[in-house]
Amino acid sequence: MTEFDLVIVGVGGQGAILASDIVGKTAVNAGLPVMASETHGMAQRGGSVENHVRLDCRYGSLIPQGRADAVLGLEPVEALRAIHYLSPDGVVVVNTNPILPITVLSGNAQYPGIDDILTQLEGRCTQLVAVDADSLAIKAGHPLTANVVMIGALSRFLPFDREYLEDSIRSLVPPKTVDVNITAFRLGREAASTTD
Amino acid sequence: MSENNVRYLLGNNAIAMAIHECNTDVIAGYPGTPSSEIIEYLARMKPRGHVEWSVNEKVAMEVAIGASWTGGRSVATMKHVGLNVASDPFMTLAYTGVKGGMLVISADDPGCHSSQNEQDSRRYAAFAQVPCLDPATPQEAYDMVSFAFEISEMFETPVMFRPTTRICHGKSDIRLQTAQPTEHEIGFEKTPQRWVMLPAHARARHRVLIDKQEEMTTALETSKWNSLEIMENARLGIIASGVSSVYAKEAIEKLGVKVSFLKISAYPAPTGLIREMAGSVEKILIIEELEPVVEEIVRTITAGMDVEIHGKDVIPRYGELNMGTVEPAVAEVAGIDYSGFQARRSEIELPNRPPVMCPGCPHRASYYAMKKAFGKNAIFPGDIGCYTLGVQMGTMDTCLCMGASITTSAGIYHAGEKTPICCSIGDSTFLHTGIPGLLNAVYNGADITVTILDNRTTAMTGHQPNPGTGLTVLGDATYMASLEDIARACGVEFVMITDPFDIEGTIDTFKQAKEHKGTSVVISKQECIITARRRGIRQKPFGVDRDECRGCKGCIKFGCPAIEFDPPQAEGEKGHARIGSLCVGCGVCAQVCPFNAISEVET
Repeated sequence: MTEFDLVIVGVGGQGAILASDIVGKTAVNAGLPVMASETHGMAQRGGSVENHVRLDCRYGSLIPQGRADAVLGLEPVEALRAIHYLSPDGVVVVNTNPILPITVLSGNAQYPGIDDILTQLEGRCTQLVAVDADSLAIKAGHPLTANVVMIGALSRFLPFDREYLEDSIRSLVPPKTVDVNITAFRLGREAASTTD
Repeated sequence: MSENNVRYLLGNNAIAMAIHECNTDVIAGYPGTPSSEIIEYLARMKPRGHVEWSVNEKVAMEVAIGASWTGGRSVATMKHVGLNVASDPFMTLAYTGVKGGMLVISADDPGCHSSQNEQDSRRYAAFAQVPCLDPATPQEAYDMVSFAFEISEMFETPVMFRPTTRICHGKSDIRLQTAQPTEHEIGFEKTPQRWVMLPAHARARHRVLIDKQEEMTTALETSKWNSLEIMENARLGIIASGVSSVYAKEAIEKLGVKVSFLKISAYPAPTGLIREMAGSVEKILIIEELEPVVEEIVRTITAGMDVEIHGKDVIPRYGELNMGTVEPAVAEVAGIDYSGFQARRSEIELPNRPPVMCPGCPHRASYYAMKKAFGKNAIFPGDIGCYTLGVQMGTMDTCLCMGASITTSAGIYHAGEKTPICCSIGDSTFLHTGIPGLLNAVYNGADITVTILDNRTTAMTGHQPNPGTGLTVLGDATYMASLEDIARACGVEFVMITDPFDIEGTIDTFKQAKEHKGTSVVISKQECIITARRRGIRQKPFGVDRDECRGCKGCIKFGCPAIEFDPPQAEGEKGHARIGSLCVGCGVCAQVCPFNAISEVET
């Protein structure tokens, strides 16, 4: 079974496009058809971003609501904002570190408690993997690798062997950052396998 | 295992590769989401032809036309609203026709992901009577380009190529073809009947345009981009266009309905195929994004036939389509009891996350100073760029189209509005269509202040160079246009340049501009923080001295995403501002703080 619908959400600037590229490129290297859609343009300026990646797909790139196999949340509120995409049989992999939107910073809105967010997410999926990706990224060697940590955490749900994903990472990140990104990926993968 | 001619590509990258492989001689465009990456990728490929960012879409279109009339293959790229700017040459180009193959890429944005409207370019193609290709997938977009050139050359017509956001910013496995090198004979031939649209010539060319429609329609009808699958005994026929066809296919499979299916990706719509379908089914459902372009034709063709037509009665005429709109519509028309998955959103309230100006964005500082000088009740007409986000600061009272800030300001003034008027327009937008508006304002005596937010780039669409940056699309040095000189040449007597990171100086400049009788120009000049950092410019970050901070929230109101507020911990406390890791060290908040509580942090 290689059909897999993945929604990746986060905040503009978090590297959601690299995250979906790793999955999409791996699919192509594995000979699977893939359709993906990305957020470009104005929304990238610190706004919510939403990418869809559909593996073994012959249709359009937009995942129907309620049919995603996984939601990968690079930010907790964004994961919950996209929860209507998730199939009742789906999984959620979420970074537990909030990024406060300007509406909260300016005092016009409240950011929900992280435990409330996780409880909500848990009630909507068969499995919730919550990862402190920011800390693992720093441990890996660079805070900007949190997106790759998250792909690592997601990786055991994807229909690919780990090596395929690591090959894609090597080909997509700047050459000087390959080692730190591979470390980030492995730390994320390890974290996901210890949260059962 | 993957074949080595299959790659994972962005739709715009695939389109760029196809243009490259077609040996295109001239490619000109103006940036606009979702079209911008086509030229960016082409520039990186170092094509043998000429590539340029033009000053605006009309200019780009005319540059491409000149190349085509000289025998070269050419492409003009723009977003859908850019075609409005270029519509003057486009409409008459249909009369003159082309010599070398010419593609007009007008990238539509159903759903207004990054646009001020969601007009349907297929209407323009029909209006001008030129063919239109509307790809369903990124692969189809790639495959269509060489066909588009062939049709263009065969019928001496420009061809509109209309990818939508989901094609441009979709990624998929793209099967690349081997390039077939073509040689184009370059040389301008004096043919006044073709290229000089005097009334006598135009009348003749209009007939030529009309006379070639039938043959052109037949060639497109039988092309592989339109396909009809008649299912025996099917009572329902579905006609779907472009990207809607893949949603329709998915819905048909999910619902398990038996239908005949006509996919349309080449226009004028295939009347023969439509007629064939109409003769074999009892009902037809037309699924297309935005305008009922196909539906109107289907209704005309089937008038008097015993077939029931559905389209915009069940499919919205606005917004982007997806399975959530298409699947229930198919079920309804097919008469299937449909109780699809009831998607539930979050049960707890989530804070909105609108896009914001970046930490250290010079626009925020400009607007802060503008508001201080003019007062929040002044009228602030605006324009199109990152700075349109100034709506969050109350300094963006209008946004209509490129260049309209200056002209609408003049209109507001001439209508008799007595409140001071200060508009803002970016450097690239000013060069795009702002100059005629400024010249007009001076000429007709509009007492307004025009702020040119000069961040030395075309930021929102991805930091493309423009004539003010002194760099071409290939990164080569060229003449650097002076915004100050242009303003003076338009007749503006009051022109001042200010650095928005110097808040006090900028407030003072705005105050002087406000006092000036007549059209005044303030050029607020500071490089976009993103390009500055990409060039390696780093400033020391700033921090809040908690002993000095009185919790007044002045810096919070400034609206920089790097500044957070720690609420009071105990009764009687006021809380404190805190500057987070997003700080890039612009230092403006330190000037905004009335208690000198913010200063550089030694790292």
